[in-house]
Amino acid sequence: MVALRAADAPAIPDRTVGHRLHGETVLGWALVALFALFLYLFVLYPMAQVLWRSLLDNGGRFVGAANYVRYVSTPAIAASITNSLTVSGLATVVTVTLAFVYAYALTRTRMRWGGLFRLAAMLPIFAPSLVQGLAFVYLFGNNGMVTRWTGVNVGIYGAKGIVLAEVFYSFPHAMLILIAGLSASDARLYDAAAALGASRLKTFFSVTLPGVKYGLMSACFVVFTLVITDFGAPKVIGGKYSVMATEIYDQVIGQQNFTMGATVSVVLLIPALVAFGVDRLVQRRQYSLISSSARPLVPRPRPVADRLLFAYCALVALAIAAVYLALLVSSLVRRWPYDLTPTLKHYAFDTIGGYAALGNSVYVAALTAVAGTVIVFVGAYLVEKRGTALAAPLYMLSLLPVSIPGMVLGLAYIFVFNAPGSPLNRLYGTLAILVISNLVHYFTVPFLTATGALKQMDAEFEGVSASLGVPFWRTFARVTVPIALPSIVAISMYFFLNAMVTLSAVVFLVAPGTELAAVAVLLMDDAGDTAQAAAMSVLIIAIGLAVRLVYWGLLAGVTRRTQAWTTPHEEGMPA
Amino acid sequence: MTDRPTAPPRPPGAAGPPAVELEGIAKKFGVVVALRGISLAIGEGELVCFLGPSGCGKTTLLRIVAGLERQNAGVVRMAGRDVSRLPPAERNYGIVFQSYALFPNLTVARNVAYGLETRRMPRAAIAGRVNELLELVHLAAHRQRYPAQLSGGEQQRVALARALAPSPSLLLLDEPLSALDARVRLALREEIRSLQRRLGVTTIMVTHDQDEALTIADRIVVMNHGVVEQVGTPVEIYTEPSSLFVARFVGQMNLLPATACARAGWARVGAVDLRHRPAAAGAPGTPVVLGIRPEEVSVGPAARGAENELVARVCALQFQGALTRLELALPGEDGTRLDCDVATQVLAALRAAEGVELPVALRPGALRVYPAQG
Repeated sequence: MVALRAADAPAIPDRTVGHRLHGETVLGWALVALFALFLYLFVLYPMAQVLWRSLLDNGGRFVGAANYVRYVSTPAIAASITNSLTVSGLATVVTVTLAFVYAYALTRTRMRWGGLFRLAAMLPIFAPSLVQGLAFVYLFGNNGMVTRWTGVNVGIYGAKGIVLAEVFYSFPHAMLILIAGLSASDARLYDAAAALGASRLKTFFSVTLPGVKYGLMSACFVVFTLVITDFGAPKVIGGKYSVMATEIYDQVIGQQNFTMGATVSVVLLIPALVAFGVDRLVQRRQYSLISSSARPLVPRPRPVADRLLFAYCALVALAIAAVYLALLVSSLVRRWPYDLTPTLKHYAFDTIGGYAALGNSVYVAALTAVAGTVIVFVGAYLVEKRGTALAAPLYMLSLLPVSIPGMVLGLAYIFVFNAPGSPLNRLYGTLAILVISNLVHYFTVPFLTATGALKQMDAEFEGVSASLGVPFWRTFARVTVPIALPSIVAISMYFFLNAMVTLSAVVFLVAPGTELAAVAVLLMDDAGDTAQAAAMSVLIIAIGLAVRLVYWGLLAGVTRRTQAWTTPHEEGMPA
Repeated sequence: MTDRPTAPPRPPGAAGPPAVELEGIAKKFGVVVALRGISLAIGEGELVCFLGPSGCGKTTLLRIVAGLERQNAGVVRMAGRDVSRLPPAERNYGIVFQSYALFPNLTVARNVAYGLETRRMPRAAIAGRVNELLELVHLAAHRQRYPAQLSGGEQQRVALARALAPSPSLLLLDEPLSALDARVRLALREEIRSLQRRLGVTTIMVTHDQDEALTIADRIVVMNHGVVEQVGTPVEIYTEPSSLFVARFVGQMNLLPATACARAGWARVGAVDLRHRPAAAGAPGTPVVLGIRPEEVSVGPAARGAENELVARVCALQFQGALTRLELALPGEDGTRLDCDVATQVLAALRAAEGVELPVALRPGALRVYPAQG
């Protein structure tokens, strides 16, 4: 019963008293080590390889920054930097503007058919990015439908076409973020503005816009990153207009110049990393914006504005639907646009890939969904709940993949898994490497979803479990997973849909026997089989939509089962 | 556990080793020192409260006992056994957290059974034990409900039952009542107390609520800035606060700035010298603080002619129900304030009203003295 004063106390050692080794602790550490190994092997090490290779010449000699000097001083290649920035900047401004008005109409008016409009705008999520490009070629290309009807060739190949295709491609992503931002409103601010006699316009600029400021910024970063890292659309509609993603492809596939490919890759990492870093900073601030006592805004009818916005939404939704309709029609007629006799012959896929590729895609997507969900959720659990010294670095590493463009990841995997004498070579040319590349490419968003779901759980579940002598894996299986089930379902769907449509990372990794549907679309288009490319695109979209429907059913089932003990979970993730 | 004979709590030092013994526990988070060499002993069957303001280290200390936090130095013993290096699962205690941490996807019964199911107990034995505990906390009717369908107080009792189910030798309660509203808190306080008495389980409860600690504890450990300020029974802590911090933190205490007089046992407040408890207050001329509780101040006729008599002016009256608080100003230009509690029913006889001057007396036996810095 001695009360020691500070001055009497001996110096406190820096190390804590360790607990005796225990099966549970060992297993925990082993899992953390496995997760760390996974991130090292498939994220950090490949990225380091790209960086290193950009400093070598093609003979493997160290040349320092020589490749970079050559990159910026060769006008033909250097143009890809300015081209990428121009296209991405333009597409960002256009997309976010269009999506903002659309999201505003959906959240802040009493317009009808909101659900339908929302659904229509989601369509592009189910298609590989090159499909948008293909569709515009069918409409406005040299032999496009519109071109032939009007006799006007708008010259779609090039920057114009890329921006147009990217706007459609990134529209749903921007819309989802802005809907989230606009939904988090506080009616009290609008009451205050009205009480102070502010006009509608003034209220919009002093309440609405500041309220959605961070959502707008976030949408800008997401769209910019999507566009600058996209490969599919510029490939099919860009013509001679070279952007960085297509430049990497040309250097690697066209000229076998791996070092220049690595150099362009490293430069392409920069804008994506910057956008990601700033976005994280912005999002951190957003949480404090809406207080818990906020009252949600119920929109009032405004006849004129409502009608105008309805017309706008109808127009946008129709435009999106028209693009996919053009795709569908061109896959179902004999020879677009000359012979419009209906036929199914393009679905026979007599040339490249065909149904084997589609089967591969579904298989890879399913494996990605299963393996990805397990790795992401267990990984997030280890980082969030096991409280080891590695938690912070593992968290940072888990966030890194979102800023790695698919092309860069694919190239990095060539370096790592196609290196002579490496034990990792066995993976090259297998479906496994495709699964792994998808898993890493789309790792971050599900990881953040899982982390968010875990953070919502009581921090003391693990403490209670330990005090009762229940091993952590039992509590993980009986409590943590069941509670997080809605998030887990959303995560697996996200993996599946993205793995179905991705092109950029896998285009370097497919091998004879492991063709994928999205790559087949690209090859068919390259070979001039545009109708077959359209048919394949239609099948990819159809599978995506069907899977989405199944997941909706699953989610409804999960929600019904968990309703007994909790308020319904909200779906924490787009797509 | 209900068949265990109810033994009165044994303070440490009686037969056998203490139930929990801490020796030189120190903990820091980075450069922030949370605990500086804490040593104490808790007897078998005792209910001990760790009391202190937030950030004083009381919860950290509890988590070190639980093995959920690792100390940088020091030894934790339970019933004489060194458990410092044992993982939580091997320490044999039950814990209730402030948030209860009930598993939301399991029913009340499954929550209570949670710690039993891994122990290779027969199914019937588990069911029996769960029933027994639910009876104990009066929740047998709610066994098939989910935690979200219970009130806060009921959830708290489920957490208690879950912690007690494996018959632990130690019960740890981390601010178990602070998330409840006042009325439920009072009722549950009684319930925890009687349950603990009945089961005779050694209990450590962390709280920042001094009322809670005073009513429930066998002994209180008052903590501040990572050190133990005082250990004692509630009566000891209340009547003999050993430091200025404890005097301030536990109960109401008038603290009068004063100067030690040359005469030992006397101090000067404003213009008057007062005799205080015989204690070494410091060299003459050094600043000290005199402490007296509002209910210890005598006022009106009772004060007349008593030692340490003063005349004070009534600044305000604060009706508080059974008692009324008089806010008094002592003579002198700095007008030291003195609060005084008077039974409301004698208020009329005192003729106390704002601005009235009344005789007051500060009984030397009640006038504690502390060094001014502390």
